[in-house]
Amino acid sequence: MGLLSGTSKFIKALTYPSDMLPPIMADDEHQHVDPELEHAASKFGMWLFLATEVLLFGGLFAAYAIYRAKYPDMFQHGSSSLNVVLGSINTIILIFSSFTVVVAVKAIQENKIKLVKLMLWITIACGAIFGINKFFEYSYKIHHGITPGTDIFYSLYYAATGIHMLHVLIGMGLLSFLLYRTSKGYYSKDNFTAIEIGGLYWHLIDVIWIYLFPLLYLIG
Amino acid sequence: MSTDNEKNYLENGKGFSSWFFTTDHKRLGVMYLCGIGTFFIIAAIASVLLRAEHLSPGRTIVDAHTYNVLFTLHGSMMVFLFIVPGVAATFGNFLIPLMIGARDVIFPKLNLYSFWIYCLGAVIFLFALAAPADTGWTFYTPYSIESGTNVILITLGIFVLGFSSILTGINFIVTIHKLRAPGMTWDRLPLFCWAAYSTSILQVLATPVVAITLVLLIGERYWGLGFFDPAKGGDPVLFQHFFWFYSHPAVYIMILPAMGIISEIIPVFSRKPIFGYKSIAYSSLAIALISFLVWGHHMFTSGQSKLINIIFSAITFAVAIPTAIKVFNWLWTMYKGSIELSAAMLYALAFIFLFTIGGLTGLHLGALASTIHLHDTYFVVAHMHYVMIGGTLFGLFAALHFWYPKMWGKMFDEFRAKIAFVFIFIGFNVTFFPQFIMGTLGMPRRYYNYDPEFTIFHQISTAGTWLMALGFIFMLYNFFRPISKTAEANPYKSKSLEWSIPSPPPTLNFDEIPTVTESTYAYGNKIERET
Repeated sequence: MGLLSGTSKFIKALTYPSDMLPPIMADDEHQHVDPELEHAASKFGMWLFLATEVLLFGGLFAAYAIYRAKYPDMFQHGSSSLNVVLGSINTIILIFSSFTVVVAVKAIQENKIKLVKLMLWITIACGAIFGINKFFEYSYKIHHGITPGTDIFYSLYYAATGIHMLHVLIGMGLLSFLLYRTSKGYYSKDNFTAIEIGGLYWHLIDVIWIYLFPLLYLIG
Repeated sequence: MSTDNEKNYLENGKGFSSWFFTTDHKRLGVMYLCGIGTFFIIAAIASVLLRAEHLSPGRTIVDAHTYNVLFTLHGSMMVFLFIVPGVAATFGNFLIPLMIGARDVIFPKLNLYSFWIYCLGAVIFLFALAAPADTGWTFYTPYSIESGTNVILITLGIFVLGFSSILTGINFIVTIHKLRAPGMTWDRLPLFCWAAYSTSILQVLATPVVAITLVLLIGERYWGLGFFDPAKGGDPVLFQHFFWFYSHPAVYIMILPAMGIISEIIPVFSRKPIFGYKSIAYSSLAIALISFLVWGHHMFTSGQSKLINIIFSAITFAVAIPTAIKVFNWLWTMYKGSIELSAAMLYALAFIFLFTIGGLTGLHLGALASTIHLHDTYFVVAHMHYVMIGGTLFGLFAALHFWYPKMWGKMFDEFRAKIAFVFIFIGFNVTFFPQFIMGTLGMPRRYYNYDPEFTIFHQISTAGTWLMALGFIFMLYNFFRPISKTAEANPYKSKSLEWSIPSPPPTLNFDEIPTVTESTYAYGNKIERET
């Protein structure tokens, strides 16, 4: 009994919007944060989180800089073997998905719920297409015996694009959650912070890819 | 319901779920305290066993592999489960909203998730103990790639703990920016909040780098990525660079909040305004900034270029400046003050004394000539423990005594607390001072065995751990045996906001958000002298 109610509370705490929480979890209410402050604070918090993401990839970029300087030939050779066409298509897809997210954020501020839902759908679909392309790229490489550990360039390629792909998946999950809540009528022009900061996260994924693409694909 | 502010936070709800699902920053602070307390005790027991092994050369109680496992357990548990979340997560959570006049942190639910993530990380960490790692807490490659122990699981645990640290940091930064009460301007902000703010910046900016490092280490073990493997053209020293880019700022994640605590306690027990408020506040930020630029001093003997060594050495010396600013300001605060030697104040004074020794011996290690001789000897171990125990742990103990009435609403026995202090203080010095000497004589750190000439130093050091352990146990006993079940709202006549509300604080902290009209440290002004 205790375990069961504990588990259900756990799930509720993760999924419920704060004003629907059972009393012991509803301490958010006591804060009496006015919506404007909450909006500014949430955005500030998200920007700080994005800084941590940049530093996370910063480690990979540092490794890239060091090893490219050390092994220029290996990087050139490796890069020329990557599929520039698929990479370019993926770049265009991600840039387009950033556009659709911007439209979604703008639309929710004008209370155009249908447009928000459509745009979030398209964004998630773009993420999925990106993933499918990546899957083909990986399987083609692995089929030809190029795996993580083949040499430093490919290790870096797999590590950087793999961790980036993980972020795409997380971003898709986040946007799906926002889409679900939008269709439940939770967001409006007075309550759009979550969509805005979700959009920020998606833009970061895009920005990181925009750096990864030329550094990995276009140096051959 | 939101007007029901009569119950204090300890009485507001009973049972496991009223704690584990709470978003009350005070309860979360207390839960972190229980968590870090537990891991401190486990890791401290490991260190007592380590020292006991060194009672005689050769095998004393454990074999060489167990010894390696024990010091890895001691180091990694102390660092990642105790001291990094240590003061920041416990007293940061408990005090920041109280000190700035807020009802909670800005993201209370995120705060709860951070705690759950801490628990998850701790559980993964404990699972790793099924085949505990023997690499040392730094997980240096190539050994951490070759070792047959549970390196992946333990690093995964630390990766998860890193998320907890990052999210807590974000929460504190935004809280301090956005939730200060009216009149609580930046130049009235309590110095503990300044220190917690600087710490949070480090947590947010440094932790992701160790996260990627550990991910790459895991990838190295799974797929043989080769970044750190010379056979594939990689470089083990790159791992050290990555690791210390986090782990050196992490040293300041550990020490800065403790410095904040000292800045709170000294003016209260000297009945004087803090000397040099602004320079203490900004020196916290300066330490945070400089700490990002010194990581290379861990690789002085790893074959870095001479030029880089010189630059890192110079920047390392620069850390001494903001640190010394703090120490001199504390001393000047006490000058001609009306000093009361309470237990909390004793710990604060011990902090200044021990931390200064720890800091100054750091300069021997930062200087390129002497570091060649001292590198990887017990001198480093002693230096590090003077900073971490003499600094952070004594700061934590000072806080535990100082805020005891506020946290628990009870009073402890000052006399017993002072006896415990004497044991801990003497025990600490007996343990670690001989390590400076044997380090200078050439005793390498981490070694299982040693030459007979070092026996006497090792034995003195081991005896010291027993004294310290007695002190810890007695301190704990004292905490669990309060002499009074009720505490005044403000037993020390402090001016800080957390003392303006009852002890223990009501669930919502403040009935009405206060308006601040003067500095937190306005002691000895006209009004106080008249009353």
